[in-house]
Amino acid sequence: MAGRVAGKVAFITGAARGQGRSHAIRLAQEGADIIAVDLAGQIGSVPYAMSTPGDLAETVKEVEALDRRIVATQADVRDYAAVKAALDDGVAQLGHLDIVSANAGIFSFGSLEELDETHWQDMIDVNLTGVWHAAKAAIPHLRAAGGGSMILTSSTAGLMAIPNVGHYTAAKHGVVGLMRTLALELAPDMIRVNSVHPTSVDTDMIQNSATYELFGADLPVDQRTREVLGSRFQELNALPIPWVEPVDISNAVLWLASDESRYVTGVTLPIDAGSLIK
Amino acid sequence: MAGRVAGKVAFITGAARGQGRSHAVRLAQEGADIIAVDVCEDMPGMPYAGATQEDLAETVKEVEALDRRIVAAKADVRDYGALKAALDDGIAQLGRLDIVSANAGIGSSPHAAQDLAEQTWQDMLDINLTGVWHTAKAATAHLIEGGRGGSIVLTSSAAGLQAYANIAHYVSAKHGVVGLMRTLALELAPHSIRVNSIHPTQVDTPMIQNEATYRLFRPDLDHPTRADFEPASQAMNVLPIPWVDPVDISNAVLFLASDEARYITGVALPVDAGAVIK
Repeated sequence: MAGRVAGKVAFITGAARGQGRSHAIRLAQEGADIIAVDLAGQIGSVPYAMSTPGDLAETVKEVEALDRRIVATQADVRDYAAVKAALDDGVAQLGHLDIVSANAGIFSFGSLEELDETHWQDMIDVNLTGVWHAAKAAIPHLRAAGGGSMILTSSTAGLMAIPNVGHYTAAKHGVVGLMRTLALELAPDMIRVNSVHPTSVDTDMIQNSATYELFGADLPVDQRTREVLGSRFQELNALPIPWVEPVDISNAVLWLASDESRYVTGVTLPIDAGSLIK
Repeated sequence: MAGRVAGKVAFITGAARGQGRSHAVRLAQEGADIIAVDVCEDMPGMPYAGATQEDLAETVKEVEALDRRIVAAKADVRDYGALKAALDDGIAQLGRLDIVSANAGIGSSPHAAQDLAEQTWQDMLDINLTGVWHTAKAATAHLIEGGRGGSIVLTSSAAGLQAYANIAHYVSAKHGVVGLMRTLALELAPHSIRVNSIHPTQVDTPMIQNEATYRLFRPDLDHPTRADFEPASQAMNVLPIPWVDPVDISNAVLFLASDEARYITGVALPVDAGAVIK
């Protein structure tokens, strides 16, 4: 049976680990070749260890183990020229572009009253401007291909407010406005643009001592375990689960990327265990 | 390769033709057995011919041709007792229930809200809203008793998310489906039963391909045809297409019905070529 995105090429930002790696593998399982970028480095205002070149190499290895091609480059989504160069090179090697997953993102926290300029600016630069950069670099290639599908990674915080992450909430709401505008601008070219809105996902972005402090500030450090914090994460959701797995977001990306959703555009798709309706 | 809903049983209302038949065939292609109901009659105020028993027999034939089982019954979603009896009988024969597609619905002749007859309003609400509640109500106990969770997909419309002039009864019923969906999602989340709605733009079925609809869209013509209707219908969408095919809705139902969407609940999913963002 042919894969659900067989013969297509997907550009994925933030592909070194977490959701991005999962998207690369899931799309490759269904027949896509991959153009992967990741900063593979640290940003000062981010309170957990970010990905490494070794992580990006692991994504390459896992995609190649599926007998798909992958072109991976270290690039910062804040740097438009670097993103464009990496994508252009990937398209030159793989032949065309059909799918974009603008997934790269960071997390940090602080009340809006206390946030410093750097935390605010890094967040907006990566989680909103970085998404625009990925889309902008991809548009000419998708036009050349005669259509395509862009999936922008937002968050439940793109559709509702969450205290102490006002900069994250502002950036992720901004992604919705960007998605809808791109969907309108690109519809005549049969390029579809949608956003995905995960609740907490079981990745390094939440499974770290800084995020545990945000959810368990009242607990002694040695009691801030995955299990204890899991029950607090679960309070965000309607379904009785603490978080979703990266593959759950990948399955939504796959559906939106495939021709099964050929007439779906301008849509905000939560994968949120009912967090938004709670 | 195992189907994406292999081993599951799906209950589908309005299954004799159009979207309902397409859902039955698509889910059966991916391994599900089907419990199908349809009223198989002309409905009051419906300006086009209703489905027939021959239509329902054709659905049975197409599902059986895929080597899947189907239990089909003539039942009216307005009659809770009849609907429940048909579902109970289907489950007795097929052994379980996992998926519900509350799809049965009617279109109606256009009138400004102040000119709608009492009966026209009531018939619409009875079928397109109360019928959906009946469908979910009849299925809920079975899904809970199954202990495996489940997925309920309610068919709303782009008109469930935005207004269209001269069909206030349809718009009101389809908005009501969203409120019903969100409440069911909250109530059933503890049982891992997911509830979502789909929101099609125009779908190429007898509900829109009839002279009453052609006149609604082309009041300037004496005898508007499908060709006359096409550009007016396309003006609703942002993608350059006049309508979607039933299979496009079925592919969304399949995604929501499958375990690929295991943590998606409470979501209104447009399959609308961008109609809602236009």
